[in-house]
Amino acid sequence: MTALLELAVDEKRYGTRTVLRGFHLRLEAGEIVSLIGASGCGKSSLLSIAAGLDGQYRGSVRLRGAAIRGTHAEIGLIFQEPRLFPWLTVEQNIVFGAADAPDAGRVAALLEEVGLGGFGKSLPKQLSGGQAQRVAIARGLYTRPRVLLLDEPFSAVDAFTRMRLQDLLARVAAQYSLSVLLVTHDIDEALYLSDRIVLMDGVPGPARAEFEVNLERPRDRAVLATSTLKPAILESLHAVHAI
Amino acid sequence: MKPHTIDLPLPAASQDTAPRKPRLLPLGLLLPLLAVAGLEFGVRSGLVLANLMPAPSEIASTLAWLTQNGLAGHLASSCLRVAAGFAFGASLALVLGAAVALNPRTERLLDPSFQALRAIPSLAWVPLLLLWFGIDETPKLILIAIGAFFPVYMGVVSGIRGVDRKLLEVGQLYRLSPLALARRVLLPAALPAVLTGLRNGLSLAWMFMVAAELIAASQGLGYLLSDGRESSRADIMLAAIVLLALLGKLSDTAMGALEARLLSWRDSYANRRTR
Repeated sequence: MTALLELAVDEKRYGTRTVLRGFHLRLEAGEIVSLIGASGCGKSSLLSIAAGLDGQYRGSVRLRGAAIRGTHAEIGLIFQEPRLFPWLTVEQNIVFGAADAPDAGRVAALLEEVGLGGFGKSLPKQLSGGQAQRVAIARGLYTRPRVLLLDEPFSAVDAFTRMRLQDLLARVAAQYSLSVLLVTHDIDEALYLSDRIVLMDGVPGPARAEFEVNLERPRDRAVLATSTLKPAILESLHAVHAI
Repeated sequence: MKPHTIDLPLPAASQDTAPRKPRLLPLGLLLPLLAVAGLEFGVRSGLVLANLMPAPSEIASTLAWLTQNGLAGHLASSCLRVAAGFAFGASLALVLGAAVALNPRTERLLDPSFQALRAIPSLAWVPLLLLWFGIDETPKLILIAIGAFFPVYMGVVSGIRGVDRKLLEVGQLYRLSPLALARRVLLPAALPAVLTGLRNGLSLAWMFMVAAELIAASQGLGYLLSDGRESSRADIMLAAIVLLALLGKLSDTAMGALEARLLSWRDSYANRRTR
């Protein structure tokens, strides 16, 4: 069976430095997969390739089996920073990626969804970091992608805001039956959100390890804290760093 | 267990909410008013030679006399020259600056030449322009246009070059065409630098207008200046200078207001009070 999204990066180099080699990843429909690993292990490069922003690599990106190069309407990306256009209002930012006329009802619904009802006419400078990232999520959802890629999207906000944004992501992923590929360095975040966790090495090559997270949703953070998966992942990470 | 208490300096609650009266204007007028009063006193008491530095009251009466004797014509000539020369130079700079900043090939073709031309002090063109175009309107307009061109050109080029790559990536993600990328991302993002360039270009346009009129003109504030020099009338020269100051300040204030209006989205030090 073909996966919804299939990444096969044979090689990705920056100059003489190879960051990815022989890395394969399948993302099934409706699946949430987290990529974790230390900084500099090629996670963000992988996401750029998947989003079609980086075409300088050997390998392929397949959507439902068909190879694609470049960005695709069905693949959305949410960056580490909100990257809102400061001269546009929140509403205008949300519809930025749409090719056709803005749908005011959908914008309003998305704003409610991300908890920013009434902020439509605000400018980005009037928002807090967490609010701005919510707008970025609404923008990412507005164009109705099937796959949502997220590059450490909650790393710049405080712990409490982060938890609320994680809940938001879990909710919208379920509601819109999105497939999600989440890059993070936060094991708790990966455990809370994902169906599968892929551990990347500092060394270019295939994934170091994979963990299935077979836990019911919505998940309970308190229960997760006692999960046996976390020690296993930590051990795996330590093994990586011992190399 | 004793609860932890942390003593942090609380931000002064009144800092943001205190009503701020616009008191800048009266304070800014203090020095000029003192200078005018001091000068008036100096001339009247004989400390300052009246034929070199007329009293402010005399300059005022010269201004009143001028309004009856063709001042409107002088003002109109100067303003029209500035407007036409600035419009010509600035629009050329907008187009060429955008072409250079957006396309590496145009940049390699044009930018070195512009940088070389920019190195020439613009007033050095005056004799050549007079030789080529005589002493009528054309050389004046060209000189003003040259003056306005470079600040605007530099503003456009540096503005577009300085656009955040991260915002461009968002445009790329949503598959904007090159034209849409320029219109929806590059130009708005470059607007602050472009407006600064326009503002500098406008003040240089005033400067070059005076230079052009000093050399050859029969109308305009620059003509009033050279006429005043020939007839040793310091009061006429100072009246012209006062008018130039007023016009320059007026047009700069207008540009500043336009800038504030177009750039109200900026989260900057200058906009801190509007948050």
